[in-house]
Amino acid sequence: MNVMKPHRDVGIVGYGAYVPRYRLPGSEISRMWDGQQGCMPPVKEKSVPGLDEDVATMCLEAARNALKRAAIDPLRIRAVWVGSESHPYAVKPTSTIVAEAIGAVPHTLAADWQFACKAGTEAMQAALGFVGSGMADYALALGMDTAQGRPRDALEYTAGAGGAAFLVGPAEESVAVLEGSTSYVTDTADFWRRQHEHYPAHAGRFTGEPGYFRHVLAAASEIMAALGRKPADYAHVIFHQPNTKFPRKAGRELGFKREQLEAGLLVNEIGNTYAGAAMIGLTSVLDVAQPGERVLMVSFGSGAGSDGFDLRVTDAIDTRRTYALSTLDYVARRHEIDYATYARHREKIRME
Amino acid sequence: MEIARHWRLQRHRYSLVGEMCNRCGEKIFPARDVCPQCNAPAKTPFTFSGKGEVYSYSTVHHPPEGFEHFAPYVVALVRLVEGPLVAAQLTDVEGEKIEIGMPVEMVTRKLRDDGSKGTIVYGYKFRPVIVSRTPLGAKDAAL
Repeated sequence: MNVMKPHRDVGIVGYGAYVPRYRLPGSEISRMWDGQQGCMPPVKEKSVPGLDEDVATMCLEAARNALKRAAIDPLRIRAVWVGSESHPYAVKPTSTIVAEAIGAVPHTLAADWQFACKAGTEAMQAALGFVGSGMADYALALGMDTAQGRPRDALEYTAGAGGAAFLVGPAEESVAVLEGSTSYVTDTADFWRRQHEHYPAHAGRFTGEPGYFRHVLAAASEIMAALGRKPADYAHVIFHQPNTKFPRKAGRELGFKREQLEAGLLVNEIGNTYAGAAMIGLTSVLDVAQPGERVLMVSFGSGAGSDGFDLRVTDAIDTRRTYALSTLDYVARRHEIDYATYARHREKIRME
Repeated sequence: MEIARHWRLQRHRYSLVGEMCNRCGEKIFPARDVCPQCNAPAKTPFTFSGKGEVYSYSTVHHPPEGFEHFAPYVVALVRLVEGPLVAAQLTDVEGEKIEIGMPVEMVTRKLRDDGSKGTIVYGYKFRPVIVSRTPLGAKDAAL
């Protein structure tokens, strides 16, 4: 059986999201590069970080929201793990900044994880195992990105900023209990960035079938088969969302109805938040999910692999979700910018 | 050495940690180990809620070295709900009408970035309070 579950029951004790307030409409990108307003961008708009924001500051706000919902002493957190492909430093952990600022130091593990868009859910898998082993009562896993898109590249339309934090802990304190997880990984070079390169490169259409769909569909099918579930057993499903088309197609092929994807599909409003994309979808689902409902989340990271998580929402969700801002509160906080402002925010203008 | 100076201050900068006077209850920021009200020793750490309002503000168009990246930016005196007056930048305010008395909340952001070979210094700034579309639970007020 390709499903993982620790002997000790574990789950999500607290969760938090963060999205910067700036939005670049897709129409502004096509105005810049195509010289026309008529063509249809892959998403309506994408989120852009402020001049003083990076993955560390964004992780901090998501982590603080997760802590508000968990209402535990941060000194009891035994791991702070940040998954991202846009860590502010090449060498020096983002996770120590987050751990220090939330008051989890010094008796904690801290590390940065890298696996393209799967880095955050990889950290979640480790946190679930870490707490499940009994080595820790609480571990914080984050997926956050300020994704860079090469000007004029197709991915410039979608490369967004945002993500989520999950405080993993004992099942009896959880808002969502883990029923099982899976991981499906192969060596597939569909998207990459070499050392010192500013922008990633990708293999065009190859990122679709051999990359996204092969891994997402396999991880989703395997976890459902192993746990004896069918699509109708889930109230909500979240797939990694590089655009609106891929997750909807994956959902259709697996037999999910469009409405099962809706609560967790944010890419049209905030763009692809890479390591944060599936995870922030899950926060948005937890904002509306009812006790007893089942949720399936399947991430995808280029390189390539998918993590699948089968979760059951508990009675604690109703009160705990009100302790912090909802994901849609952040999505609704919106300040539209033009391409020139975007170029400044993303340091595409060289000053020296 | 700048690194050592920033490292010493990071605890209060990251999370707005000051001190509390155990004699008169005064909340103190930044930490100074002596109560400005009653002169008693005050070394008990106190983490501020981060909530406050704009007491006064101004816009910086000619920034000092190290802050050019963010200009123009707004600096403000913020009256914290616990009492102290704190000088800090306002952030996420483009397109917002800033007013004296405007409710703000603390966020941790990049204070300065010493270029591609240097370090990044993080610390508190304040932004307009994000209004929740649904009522927040009592825990939010307590934390």
